[in-house]
Amino acid sequence: MFRKLTLTAATILGLASGSAYAAGSEVHVEDFDFSFEGAFGSYDTNQLQRGLQIYTEICSSCHGLKYVSFRNLHDEGGPSLPEDQMRAYADSIEVFDPALFDGDGDYRPATPADRFPEGGDPNAPDLSLMAKARAGFHGPYGTGINQLMRGMGGPEYIASLLDGYHEAPSCAPEDFDGHYNTVFASGGYPDECKDDHGAHMYPGSWISMAPPLYDDAIEFADGHAADVEHMSQDVAAFLMWTAEPKMNARKQAGLTGVIFLVVLSVLLYLTNKRLWAPHKKAAKNRD
Amino acid sequence: MGGIPHDHYEPKSGIEKWVDGRLPVIGLLYNTLMIPTPKNLNWMWIWGIVLTFTLALQIATGVVLVMHYTPHVDLAFASVEHIMRNVNGGHMIRYFHMNGASLFFVAVYAHMFRGLYYGSYKAPREITWIIGMLIFLMMMGTGFLGYVLPWGQMSFHGTAVITGLFGAIPFIGESIQTWLLGASAVGQPALNRFFSLHYLLPFVIAGLVIVHIWAFHTTGNNNPTGVEVRRGSKEEAEKDTLPFWPYFVIKDLFALAVILAVFVAIVGFMPNFLGHPDNYIEANALVTPAHIVPEWYFLPFYAILRAFDNTVWVVMFADWISFGIIDAKFFGVLAMFGAIAVMALVPWLDTSSVRSGRYRPMFKWWFAILCVDFIVLMWAGAMPAEGIYPIIALIGATYWFAYFLVILPLLGVIEKPTTPPATIEDDFNAHYGSKAATDSSAASPAE
Repeated sequence: MFRKLTLTAATILGLASGSAYAAGSEVHVEDFDFSFEGAFGSYDTNQLQRGLQIYTEICSSCHGLKYVSFRNLHDEGGPSLPEDQMRAYADSIEVFDPALFDGDGDYRPATPADRFPEGGDPNAPDLSLMAKARAGFHGPYGTGINQLMRGMGGPEYIASLLDGYHEAPSCAPEDFDGHYNTVFASGGYPDECKDDHGAHMYPGSWISMAPPLYDDAIEFADGHAADVEHMSQDVAAFLMWTAEPKMNARKQAGLTGVIFLVVLSVLLYLTNKRLWAPHKKAAKNRD
Repeated sequence: MGGIPHDHYEPKSGIEKWVDGRLPVIGLLYNTLMIPTPKNLNWMWIWGIVLTFTLALQIATGVVLVMHYTPHVDLAFASVEHIMRNVNGGHMIRYFHMNGASLFFVAVYAHMFRGLYYGSYKAPREITWIIGMLIFLMMMGTGFLGYVLPWGQMSFHGTAVITGLFGAIPFIGESIQTWLLGASAVGQPALNRFFSLHYLLPFVIAGLVIVHIWAFHTTGNNNPTGVEVRRGSKEEAEKDTLPFWPYFVIKDLFALAVILAVFVAIVGFMPNFLGHPDNYIEANALVTPAHIVPEWYFLPFYAILRAFDNTVWVVMFADWISFGIIDAKFFGVLAMFGAIAVMALVPWLDTSSVRSGRYRPMFKWWFAILCVDFIVLMWAGAMPAEGIYPIIALIGATYWFAYFLVILPLLGVIEKPTTPPATIEDDFNAHYGSKAATDSSAASPAE
């Protein structure tokens, strides 16, 4: 009976995996090696500074970072701009202050206490938490193993998406709304590119955001490579920081806590062993 | 305590006598801590301490979070981000609280399945079991209410789905849903009352925990053999038991430290692994997430809820026989709550004369399948309700009910149990005695 059950279970699992493959339109998210992955990983300050530059020069024209304050740029474990640079950065950006102009509000240069302004384009989502909000691929089969073992998460998705623009497949009409992206799953999809069963013939979908990055769009002060692939990763790392600014501190606290508890466990184990020893010995001697 | 003969507290010093004559609180503490405990308890008897600790952790972190949280639809999400970014240590407190819910449910499921295997629910411990089930229900309620508070996408749309369950009740459902939400849809009134109740229920749980402990201190602990402590005389009882302090306190603290090491590693290194990423998007009534999935600890019951759609003949039959009053949606709700109800009724569904599953050769296998079933249901609940998954969920849900309603009552009649040891002392000695003297019925250390 038990063997039969096992066989049934195996058959069910086999069927399940088959149907998951058939579902098809899964997008491929590249597994990048970010410096902040793993228990000991931390942010690469230079990479965050490059990401900040890309955000400032490109992303910020449409997207905002409403939960991040300018002073955070100076924080340890972040882009760590020197204080004068952070102040100068804030000063270069205008924020809306509703208290000015007798309560009618007016624009003024930002101070370190201000937050990044919201984006100019109402359709462009705020990016503060994007790296955590887009970590939603608990694969394979909803087990979360990729996320656990390989550190796959939101930054991988963002970097893949920014590098995921491709020539639209020939089946798509010329004037189809949006831009073909092989990583974006939830956009529009032309009927012409579906097969007889309605399944997508090409991965991804059409995203309304135009390709934001192109090679050498930015000139980095340190001469770092500015091709789309590198820039995608840099800005993804920066957005991971905006989403999780206390990550370095958190991992440090975690490590301290684990070490403390492991030592405590050993001590309690020895205490427990010693405490019980006479009773276990008595049991042994009885026989 | 427990009708087990033991030394009672005698106030010695002048102060002790003074207090004891006015309020016997020292004696109460003494008797609680020194309760004679079966000395053969294995490592599955450590979850009670873990649960007590987690309740305290959740209340302590929760009280601090409340100091910085704002229960307003426009401000709640931002106030959580404020905690994560600006409050000193706020990100750790919040992550401890968030993952503390998961620790709570890991521990409670281990605790419940321990009870189901070793027959801890059987006479005379039915009330302990029922109180435990009440605590479990309260925990589910509290967990759900708390998940709403960050006011993310999953919070918002999850609330709509879960309160919608009550809306499925015939005739009065819609009124109940409106009453629960304080409005016709999820919004400010719901957030406000959920916040209030999320703060209240943990203290109700704490009260029930005291009753739970009181109940099993009255009957005495169960143990892996299911054999009762001998109560003929104090000497006899002392051969079967050791006082809770220090023997079990130290043992439990060791286990707690190991579990907390894993817990702190999760909080420190992967605090969002168990959560849903959509909850980092602020609630938006106009955008519904593609898959609304509850937290992992609700998934087995969520799978049972979804398993019974209107393609299942039982559902069709119920619909037909009730003239459409019990439709598929209501049937699913009944099944979900029924899945918990049958667990609560297990003291009367299990007909076996032997308490512990260790001495029940057939029961062991059915119980093992139940454990696998629970995991499969959890997984099926996380998958979209299409393709093969509803069928898996239906098989899993059917087994769940079959186990409690058919298998357990029948097993007691057809199964021939092996003979448990005569006393707890024998079990303990067999376990720790020299190998030669160990007979086949002795416990294996793995248990």
